[in-house]
Amino acid sequence: MQATSNAFRANARVGLANPTLQSALGKMKVGFPTKRAEAVSRLPEFDALRDQARDIKNHVLENLDWYLERFERRVTEAGGHVHWARTPEEAREIVLGICRRLGARTVTKGKSMIAEEIGLNAHLEKHAIEPVETDLGEYIIQLRNEAPSHIIAPAVHLTKDAIEADFRRAHSHLDARRDLTEPQSLVAEARGILRKRYFEADVGITGANFLVAETGSSVIVTNEGNGDLTQLLPKAHVVLASLEKIVPTLEDASAILRVLARSATGQEMSVYTTFSTGPKRAADLDGPGEYHVVLLDNGRSALLGTEFQDILRCIRCGACMNHCPVYGAVGGHAYGWVYPGPMGAVLTPSLIGVENARPLPNASTFCGKCESVCPMRIPLPKMMRHYRAREWERKLGTRVSRLALGAWAWAARRPALYRFAAARAMATLGWLGRRHGSFFNLPLASGWTATREFPAPQGRTFQDLWRQRRRAGGGR
Amino acid sequence: MSAARDGILGGIHRSLGRGALDATRVAGLEARLDGHSRGELPARAQGLDRAGLLDLLERQAKAVACSVARVRSAADVPAELARYLKSQNLPSRVEMSPDPTLDAVPWASMPMLEIARGKPSGEEGVGVTSACAAVAETATLMIASGARSPATMSFLPDTHVVVLPASRVVGPLEDAWDRLRATSPAPMAAAAMPRTVNLVTGPSRTGDIEQKIEMGAHGPRRLHLIVVEDDALA
Repeated sequence: MQATSNAFRANARVGLANPTLQSALGKMKVGFPTKRAEAVSRLPEFDALRDQARDIKNHVLENLDWYLERFERRVTEAGGHVHWARTPEEAREIVLGICRRLGARTVTKGKSMIAEEIGLNAHLEKHAIEPVETDLGEYIIQLRNEAPSHIIAPAVHLTKDAIEADFRRAHSHLDARRDLTEPQSLVAEARGILRKRYFEADVGITGANFLVAETGSSVIVTNEGNGDLTQLLPKAHVVLASLEKIVPTLEDASAILRVLARSATGQEMSVYTTFSTGPKRAADLDGPGEYHVVLLDNGRSALLGTEFQDILRCIRCGACMNHCPVYGAVGGHAYGWVYPGPMGAVLTPSLIGVENARPLPNASTFCGKCESVCPMRIPLPKMMRHYRAREWERKLGTRVSRLALGAWAWAARRPALYRFAAARAMATLGWLGRRHGSFFNLPLASGWTATREFPAPQGRTFQDLWRQRRRAGGGR
Repeated sequence: MSAARDGILGGIHRSLGRGALDATRVAGLEARLDGHSRGELPARAQGLDRAGLLDLLERQAKAVACSVARVRSAADVPAELARYLKSQNLPSRVEMSPDPTLDAVPWASMPMLEIARGKPSGEEGVGVTSACAAVAETATLMIASGARSPATMSFLPDTHVVVLPASRVVGPLEDAWDRLRATSPAPMAAAAMPRTVNLVTGPSRTGDIEQKIEMGAHGPRRLHLIVVEDDALA
C-alpha cells in the first residue's frame, strides 16, 4: 500500500470537511469508549490482567526466535507449512504461489491487517485471482475500493446511507425497489451474496490474533463467523501473521483474550475465537486440505532491543484510536497508511521509516488517553516523543516548526530569561483577555482560533504558583 | 525460502544482542510450555459448585443473546428441542452432528423431529451439536472438530442448538483447555490439537454498520443451549 502519511495535514483537512465522516466519527467516539468502560467496570481484575498481558508479551519478545522455531515445529508436525517472509514482496509471492499451485480463481478473505500491509488484493487481482473480502466492513470498503479506516471497524467512517448506495450500485442484479433502510436488510443482503462465495473459493485467507507455540495453532477472533467459513470450506487455509503474534501456551492466549475483546468492543469475549491447527485430519468431516502460515517480518525484528520494542506488544484492539481526540476528529484515512490512530503513529514510522511518516508522531495532543486504555500498557506517547526527537535530529520538520522549536529551546536553556518572558507574556495575555476569558483570534495562533476559542491565561505562570505554594509549605 | 528464515532469525539475534539461546534458558522455556501455568483468574469464575456454575453460565449466556434451557435428563432433550423450534417458528427438520453424546439422546421419542445426521448441507436451517466444554465465566462453548464433529455445523445453519451435559460446565477458560487435553487421544504437545477448536460466545453478529449490533452476520443468528443436568449423559 502506497503511504500518504506525509500528507497528513492535507488528509486531515479533507476529513474535517467531510460531513459523512464527521457524523460517523461522532457515533464512534461515544459508542466504543462507553462499552469498554462498562466491560472494565464488570471485571475488578482488569488492571492486574493488563499487567499480566504485558508481561507475557515481553517474555515472548525476549525469546522470540526460540518461540518462532517451536511454533514452526508444531505446525509441521500437524501437517501444515510455515513460510518466512522478510518483506511484503516475499509474502505476496508466497501467497500467489500457493494460489497458483491450486489453480485458484477466487480467494475468500477474513479480516487481515497484514494483507493490507502487503497489498495482497491488488497483487492477486493483477494475476487474475479474485479476492473476496468476507468481513462485512471489509466487504463494504472493497466495494468502494477504499482502505480500512479503523483496525477493527474498517467501515467506521461510513454511514448507513452511504453503504445502502454502494449496495445498490454493486448489487445491480437485485430488485431496485427492495427496501434497504434498516441495517438488518443490508446485513442480510451481504450474507446472501457472500454465502455463495465461500463455497466457490479455492483458497481461504485469514489473519491471526495469536500464534500458539505450544500447539502450533493460529487463532482468529471475530464476531461474524466469516473467518471460520473462509478457512473451513476451501481447499487450503492460508494464515497471514506477523512475527510478534506468538504466545507460548493456550493459557497465555486465554489470559490475553480476557483483555482483548473488552478493550476493543466492550464484549467479554468476541463471538468466535477459533484455534486452527494444521489441515483437516484423515477422518475429519470437513476442514481445509492444506494449512499454511506466512510469517511476515517487514521491519519488526529490527525493532527488538530498541526504544520501540514495546509497540510489538500491540494486540490490535483499537482502544487507542477509539479514545484518541485526533483520530476522532480526522478519521483513520488521514494517517495515510495501514495503521491509524496512536498505535499507527508509532508503528507506521517504525515500519516504513520516519521520513515517510513524519507528521504522524506529531498528530497527538499528548493527552495520554491512548496509553491509559491500552490493554498491553504500551507507552505510546513516549514513543511518539522518541520519533519527534529523531525528526529534530534528522532535520525533517518544517522550517517554521524548526524555527519555533529552536527559539523555544534557546529560551528554555536560560531559566531567568524564560521566567521573566513567560511572566510578562502571561500577565499581558491575562490582561488582554480579562473581559471574555478567551480569545476569538490571536496572532500566530490562527490555526487554533479559526475553529475554536483560545482560553485566556489567568495572569500568572505555573512556575510562579508552584514557588508560592512551596513557600507556603503546602508542597514538597 | 530458507534464506528468509535465516535472515529473520539472524535479525532477531542481532537485535537482541545474542546468539541462539543456551541450553539452560531453553530448558526454562520448555518447562514454561509444559507447565501450562495459569495467571490471574477472575474471581467470578472460581470456587463455584455445580449449581453456581450453571447459574453463572445461564446469566452470562443471556447477556450475549444465547438462550438456555435446563432439562433433567437426556430423555427430556427431544421435547425441549421440539418446543424451542416451535417457539421460534422453525421447521422440525434438523441437521445433527454424528457426535456420540447426541447418540445417547432418545430422539425417536419425538417422531415429529426429522433428523439428518452428518455434515451440514449448507442450507440455512437448524444445526445441532454438542460441545466438549462450556465456560461459565463468559458463557463460551468449546466445540472441537473431529471424525464425528464437523466444524461447519456451528457456522452454516441459521440456528445452532447445543446439547450439553452439565458435567462439562467449567469456571474459567483454562479449565476447558484441561478438559480438552484430558480427552485428547495423545498428549497435546505432540500436535494432537483437533484441527479446529471453536470458542463460541453467543450467536453471530456484526457492528460494522454504524456500530449498531445486528445478529446473524454470516453464522447462526440464534444460539440455543440445552443443559442436561443429570450425569447419565457425561
